[in-house]
Amino acid sequence: MKRAPRLIPALLLVLGAVPAVAQQLTVVNFGGANGAAQKKAFYEPFEKSAGAKVVPVEYNGEQAKIKAMVEARKVTWDVVEAESADLDRGCDEGLYERLDWSRLGGKADFLPAAVHECGVGVFVWSSALAYDAGRLKEPPRGWADFWDVKRFPGKRALRKAARFNLEFALMADGVKPAEVYRVLATPEGTERAFRKLGELKPHLQWWETGAQAPQFLVAGDVVMASAYNGRIETARREGRDLRLVWTGSIYDLDFWSIPKGSPNRDLALRFIAQAITPQRQAEFARLISYGPTHLKAFNGLDPKVLAQLPTAPANVKDALKFDFRFWSDQGEALEKRFAAWAAQ
Amino acid sequence: MEAGALREALRRESRARTLRALALAAPLALFLLLTFLVPIGALLVRAVDNPEVARALPRTVEALRGWRGEAAPPEPAFAALAGDLSAIDDQAEAGALARRLNSDASGARSLVMATWRALRAPASEGNAAVQAAPPAAGARAPLLAIDPRWGEPRFWEVIARNGARWTPDYLLAAVDLRRDAGGAIAAMPPEQTVFRAILWRTLGIAAAVTLGCLLLGYPLAWWLATLPARTASRVLILVLVPFWTSILVRVAGWIVLLQSGGLVNQGLLAAGLVEAPLALLFNRTGVIVAMVHILLPFMILPLYSVMRAVPPDYLRAAVSLGSHPLQAFRRTVVPLTWPGIGTGCLLVFILALGYYVTPALVGGPSDQMLSYSVAQYANVNLNWGMACALGTVLLAVTLVLYGLYRRLGRAELAP
Repeated sequence: MKRAPRLIPALLLVLGAVPAVAQQLTVVNFGGANGAAQKKAFYEPFEKSAGAKVVPVEYNGEQAKIKAMVEARKVTWDVVEAESADLDRGCDEGLYERLDWSRLGGKADFLPAAVHECGVGVFVWSSALAYDAGRLKEPPRGWADFWDVKRFPGKRALRKAARFNLEFALMADGVKPAEVYRVLATPEGTERAFRKLGELKPHLQWWETGAQAPQFLVAGDVVMASAYNGRIETARREGRDLRLVWTGSIYDLDFWSIPKGSPNRDLALRFIAQAITPQRQAEFARLISYGPTHLKAFNGLDPKVLAQLPTAPANVKDALKFDFRFWSDQGEALEKRFAAWAAQ
Repeated sequence: MEAGALREALRRESRARTLRALALAAPLALFLLLTFLVPIGALLVRAVDNPEVARALPRTVEALRGWRGEAAPPEPAFAALAGDLSAIDDQAEAGALARRLNSDASGARSLVMATWRALRAPASEGNAAVQAAPPAAGARAPLLAIDPRWGEPRFWEVIARNGARWTPDYLLAAVDLRRDAGGAIAAMPPEQTVFRAILWRTLGIAAAVTLGCLLLGYPLAWWLATLPARTASRVLILVLVPFWTSILVRVAGWIVLLQSGGLVNQGLLAAGLVEAPLALLFNRTGVIVAMVHILLPFMILPLYSVMRAVPPDYLRAAVSLGSHPLQAFRRTVVPLTWPGIGTGCLLVFILALGYYVTPALVGGPSDQMLSYSVAQYANVNLNWGMACALGTVLLAVTLVLYGLYRRLGRAELAP
């Protein structure tokens, strides 16, 4: 008996008679602790207020699927959480819709970095040095210590990619955060970064998904790792004594975006408009330590929560903003060189 | 009945049978065409397809004809470029052009996009200057004003090189070759040489895994073949259960077993066999152990089916005639199982060549196989031409090996 009423709209939907019944919105996120926080802070409230169903899909940032969907003109993803470099490049190449900012509120309400013609910032995240305080006698203070295998013996974990690591290597070699991209843009700077990375090579273990870094630290496979701050903070809330070093951390934003040709463009825009309100963003920041992009969202947050965000003044002081334009240009060549270097 | 009518009836019958056979085979043929031949064809085409520059910059390519990169590009090329870029209406087309050029010359992405935006902006200075300048008097200065990098010949070289609709560049790059400014084929500079080493490594890992599977699978298959049929089918289930389990689950299992605090290391430490945990994961050992485990059924099953057909009497006869049991095994059973060995090794080797997930999860950066680079280009760089070229190389290697096997196999199996 209970089933019948649900079956009828489904049947009508299949027959194509009433396509507007039971609207669905497919939202693509990076999964893990981040996806779980999004479900509570963004999806569930939207389902209640809009009466639509949100279908979450996890991905690892691969743009190939979006490109394939857009080229085949059969887009099944409606809202995508995209990394800055992918968003910028995808916007240029016509993979993402340009957003109607008049429906999202004033651009001035957001961090300047969160405003893009094809996207609006979801949150600010950071990639920082993380360690297990139970295993080290003294706390490391920055990337120079990460490279110091005499004072801190043991393996280290880094993400298996050129991006972030070349920046970390230059900072370990004494380059100031503000100078990193200027140095890295020169051939000598690239050489220097790879040389420095080479020093650490025998002591490196690589991670690929965000969940691996805390996992390696907890398992004792490595003594230090680069890691996403939210994952480390989540592990800490679960009782692990993992800590972060904010000096020399690299922060960046993830963006809400709409793949070009999504059939639910209007609903998608309504979803984004609701997800970027200060209340929703503050709720998200309470669930996982990623920083809001709406300036008013900070007002409603506890100082304790604020102190753990990449946007906290003490944390951002010696941090570096990820330069997605640099990586859009140089990424392919540097990643190829990284692959060649790593294989030697 | 008349002979002619009978012949006619027979012919009709045989035609009906042929049609029925064709109708029965048609779904499979169609399925293979759509899921196998068409995608492979698309892959081969994508590996040489090069539409972006030819479509977006036809006049520039024309103006650069004959220019070989030894001096500054000719003056008309600047005007042609400004004209071509202004004529691009769709941002996606400008983006595709930017991506194509950037994959050969880092920095071309921002250069092309910034120039395109400046030229398309309705009242920009650059636009006005370029439009106002008579074609001959030079669009050079205004273009350089938009972005001084237009003074660097390397960007013009990639435009000139990619003017043709089809290109061998992806395929050349997939084996670490390139065309120099003069069009001659030359080696890649050493810091960009990567794919040949990865190809050799791919072949090496596949060979090691095949050998491992053979060494472990052969005795097991023989033991299975000597068991009574009912017991054998029960034991075979133990071989098949892992075969039906998801690869990811099995790889995750190996991570738990092999990590430095894992079961294997704890056992070794507790037994006092080692003093510090062995590095079993994120290196070649981990990759080979996990891949052998995953591919073992592909070795055991063909071996088992061949061995089942070997009459046990042969071995008994040889031993009863005074042969040493091992010698008897080597001279009677092994030759009869060559087809199983060949099939098993070929299956395992070819499957191993395409491995991606396992090395990515349990290997280090120097254990990644060619599919990893394919995935990197397809997913991260969105350079599908390069991904397809690497796929083509892998396909070619597989076909060559299969051809070799057929040739050797025929010699070996000849009665």
